[in-house]
Amino acid sequence: MNELLIASMMTMMTAATPLVFAATGELVCEKSGVLNLGVEGMMLIGAVFGFAAVTLTGQPLAGLLAGSLCGLVAALIFALLTLTLLSNQVATGLALTIFGTGLSALVGLDYVGETIEQIRSIHIPVLSDLPVIGRLLFGHDPLVYLAIIILALSGWFLKPTRWGMILRAVGDSEVSAHAIGYPVIAIRYAAVAFGGAMAGLGGAYLSLVYTPLWAENMTAGRGWIALALVVFASWRPSRVLLGAILFGGITILQLNAQAAGLGIPGAFMSMLPYIATIVVLVLISRDAIRIRLNAPACLGKPFRAER
Amino acid sequence: MLALEARATQSASAAWLSPLLAMALTGLTGAAIFLAMGKAPGIALYIYFIEPLTSWSGLSEVAVKAGPLILIGIGLSVGFRAGIWNIGAEGQFIAGAVLGSAPAVVFYDSTNLLILPTMLVLGVLGGMAWAAIPALLKTRFNANEILVSLMLVYVAELLLVHLVQGPWRNPQGWGFPGTRMFPDAALLPMLFPGYRVHLGTLIALLIPLLAWFVLTKSRFGFKVRVFGSAPLAARHAGINNPRMIWATLLIGGGLAGLAGIMEAASTIGQLMPKISPGYGFTAIIVAFLGRLHPVGVALAGTAIAVTYIGGEGAQISAGLPKAVTGLFQGIILFYLLAFDLLTRYRLTRIGNKVSAT
Repeated sequence: MNELLIASMMTMMTAATPLVFAATGELVCEKSGVLNLGVEGMMLIGAVFGFAAVTLTGQPLAGLLAGSLCGLVAALIFALLTLTLLSNQVATGLALTIFGTGLSALVGLDYVGETIEQIRSIHIPVLSDLPVIGRLLFGHDPLVYLAIIILALSGWFLKPTRWGMILRAVGDSEVSAHAIGYPVIAIRYAAVAFGGAMAGLGGAYLSLVYTPLWAENMTAGRGWIALALVVFASWRPSRVLLGAILFGGITILQLNAQAAGLGIPGAFMSMLPYIATIVVLVLISRDAIRIRLNAPACLGKPFRAER
Repeated sequence: MLALEARATQSASAAWLSPLLAMALTGLTGAAIFLAMGKAPGIALYIYFIEPLTSWSGLSEVAVKAGPLILIGIGLSVGFRAGIWNIGAEGQFIAGAVLGSAPAVVFYDSTNLLILPTMLVLGVLGGMAWAAIPALLKTRFNANEILVSLMLVYVAELLLVHLVQGPWRNPQGWGFPGTRMFPDAALLPMLFPGYRVHLGTLIALLIPLLAWFVLTKSRFGFKVRVFGSAPLAARHAGINNPRMIWATLLIGGGLAGLAGIMEAASTIGQLMPKISPGYGFTAIIVAFLGRLHPVGVALAGTAIAVTYIGGEGAQISAGLPKAVTGLFQGIILFYLLAFDLLTRYRLTRIGNKVSAT
C-alpha cells in the first residue's frame, strides 16, 4: 500500500483521539442527564496545564495527569453551579467555556513558543513490523489505545453494570431514581467530573502529542465538535469512535489537500470540519423520533430533591 | 442548618442585586489574582475598573466598545428570553461586516452619500443571513441551534480571512492582508473632533430603548416572554414555534450584523483578518449580566466595556496580560449564575429539632 496513505491513516487516528476522549466524557455526563457545554473550555484548560506540567517536570505522565485533573476541577465548578446552586446548564456551560478560554490564555502566556518532547509511538517487536497493518494496528502512541479502551469501558459500564444502569436511570427519570433512593445529585457530580477529566485529557493530548505545543485557543472548536459527536452517536458509545474517525479523516484530508494545492483556497478547505459537523447534525437530527428515543429524557433539566 | 425554599415568584430585588454582587466579588477575586501575579492589587484594580472613567478620551473609548456589546447583547437577550440559544453572534457580526463592506470595497473611491446607508442595510442583512442558517436547520431539520450557530463562527472567520488575503486584498497594501481603507463617504461620522465616539455609538444606545418598547408594549414582546417561560402554554395559545425561532434568530443576527458593519465602517475603517475582540461571545455575558432586560443590557454592556479598556490600559501601564480580561468575564458570569439561586429560592434557617412549622 501507498506510504502516504498509511501515514495519512496514522495521523487520522491522532486527529480522532482528542475527540474520542472528550466525546466519551460528555456522553457519560449527558447520560446522567447533565448537558455540559463547557467541553471546549475544559479541553483548553487540560491542554495548557498538561503542557505546563511537562515543561516543568519533563514527565509526559505528569502532563496527562495534570491535564485531566485540571479538567476535572473545572467540571466541578460547573457541577457546583448547576447541581448544587441549580443554575441554568446551557448558560453555565457557556460560562465555563469563556472562563477556560481566558484562564488558559493567561496561564499559557509563559509557554507560547516552548517545545517539549512528543510522546513516542509504541513499537511491539514483530507485530509492529508487519507490513501495512503492523503500523496501523500496533504503531500508534499509547494514548490512542487508551482512548479506545476508555470508550469501550464506558460502553460496557453503561450497559449491563449496576452503576451504569443507575446512571442511566438518573438521566432518564430523575424523580423515580430519587424516589427509589439513589443519590441523584452525587451520581451526576461523578458523571460531570468524569466528563471533565476526559475533556482535560483530550486537551492534553492536543498540546502534548498532536501538535505538540501550546497556542492560544488551540482546540479550535474541537470541544464543540465533540458535543456534536455525542448527538451524531445518538448517545451510543460504539458510534463515537466511528464519528471521531470520520472527523479525524476530514481534518487530515483537508490538510493534505491544502498541501497538495488543488487550487481550492485554503480557507475553504479549513471550513470543511465545521461544515461537516453541521451536515452531520442535520442528517442525524432530522429524525426527531430517533433523537427523542435515544437522548436522556432529563437532559439539561435542573433537579432539586423535595424533602 | 440552612435550606432552600422555593419562592412563589422570582424576586425582583435579588434579580438586580445579583449582577452587582457578582461584579463586586469579581473585583475581589481579581485582587487575589493580581496579588498572585505579584502586582499591587489596589493599583491594578484602579487601572482596570476606574481609570477608564476618569478622562474624556477614556469615556469615549468605553462608549465605542460598549456600542457593539449592547447591540449584540440586546439581540441575544430577545432570543435567550424565548429559550433560543443563538451563541454564534460572533459569526453574524463578521458576516454583517463582510456583506456591509462590499460596497466600500468595490467602489473604493466613491463619494456618493448613499453608500453608507446601503452598507448599514447590507450589514443587517448579512447578519440575518448568517443567523438564518441555524434558524432554517432548526425549524426544518430539528438541528441544535447552539452547535450550528457556533460552527458558523469558524466558517465566517475563515471566509473573512480568505477575502482579505485574496479577492479583497488591497493591491497597494504590500501584500499585507486587509482591504483598502474605506472612502470617507463610507465611514460613520465622528461625533466630537478628537474622540473616536461615532454615530454608530449613538445608534447602539437607541436600540435598547426600541427593544424595551417592543418587549413591554407589543404583542410580539408578550409572545417572546410567554414562549420562554412556558413553551407548552405558548403552544396551546397558538404561538408558533418555528416563527418564534425565526424571529429571534433574525433579530439577533441582524443586530450583530449591524454591530459588525458599524465597527468596520468606523474605528477600523477597513476589513482585516480579525475585526472583533470576541464581541459576539462577550455579549452573551452582557445579556445575562443585564438580566435579559434592555436597560440592564445597556448598563452591563457599558460595565464590560470598561474592563476591555481597563485591560488595554493595564497592559500598557502595568504589564498585565490582556488575557486577564477574558478570565474576568468568565468569573463574573460564574458568580452571577451562582447568585441567581437567590432570585428563585430563599435561604431559610431550619433548626435540627424545630421542624414543627
